[in-house]
Amino acid sequence: MTEKTMERTGKELEPRTKQELTGAETTRPGRTFSPTVDIFENDDAITVLADMPGVRADGLSIDLREDVLTIDGRVEDGLEGKGERVLVREYETGGYRREFRLTNLIDRDRIDASLRDGVLRLTLPKADAARPRRIEVRAR
Amino acid sequence: MILRAVPSFQSWPLAFGELDEMRRGMERLFASLVESTGLQMAGVYPALNLSEDAESVHVRAELPGVKADDLAITIENDTLTIAGERAMPVEDYDQVSYHRREREWGKFRRSLAVPVHVDPDHIEARYRDGILTVTLAKAPHARPKQIAVRAEA
Repeated sequence: MTEKTMERTGKELEPRTKQELTGAETTRPGRTFSPTVDIFENDDAITVLADMPGVRADGLSIDLREDVLTIDGRVEDGLEGKGERVLVREYETGGYRREFRLTNLIDRDRIDASLRDGVLRLTLPKADAARPRRIEVRAR
Repeated sequence: MILRAVPSFQSWPLAFGELDEMRRGMERLFASLVESTGLQMAGVYPALNLSEDAESVHVRAELPGVKADDLAITIENDTLTIAGERAMPVEDYDQVSYHRREREWGKFRRSLAVPVHVDPDHIEARYRDGILTVTLAKAPHARPKQIAVRAEA
């Protein structure tokens, strides 16, 4: 999918707080957050948009095993420069991780991922068997 | 004759005491929430992190999916304002169905009084991987200055 047009509505943005993952999910040192996502689907594909500020292509891994999709993004240590002293910290930084269970069959060979301005766009094309098929109704 | 049950005055301080205790409880609850998340500014966008080194103050904000052209950064009397809009991507609504819509979009504006005097002519803003970094050079008189100590015989 190509770049979409953008709509400006004048609406005020309603902020969400970052959701930190806690418990047994983290295997790396540092914090891990659950990225906010949009997921939508059309006849051909499922698209996932995930906010992952600070993640670059080489720090991103996308894994599809059985029907579980895992998005994992790492950020480099020290988003702050060296020798800086923190004065105010309103948000914490860290990696991102989130899992989804897919209910459609996905054509694994055609999965496409792009990362731009800290937003991941993941296109998961449906396998032929999962696409809706139009059944012709013949008049007799 | 009409008789009304009027609460004795002695019971009032008790009622207020309970309210006070409730209020203190709420404050403790909020304080613990703030502490656990490290977020002091709920409902304000974007959240900002501030740091400094000898020459500059650095202000950072996570603004994923915002175009650099859609950001307006101004400084006035050591007050930094970051304004912009996160535009909503328009999909073909006839053809897609949403399963999740968590990502927020819309206009935002945030002002911040920078805690040191800065030089308005030396401010740099960079946007990369969804993170905005504004670097403000400290005014010459606000920079740490090494004072040489002369040894006198």
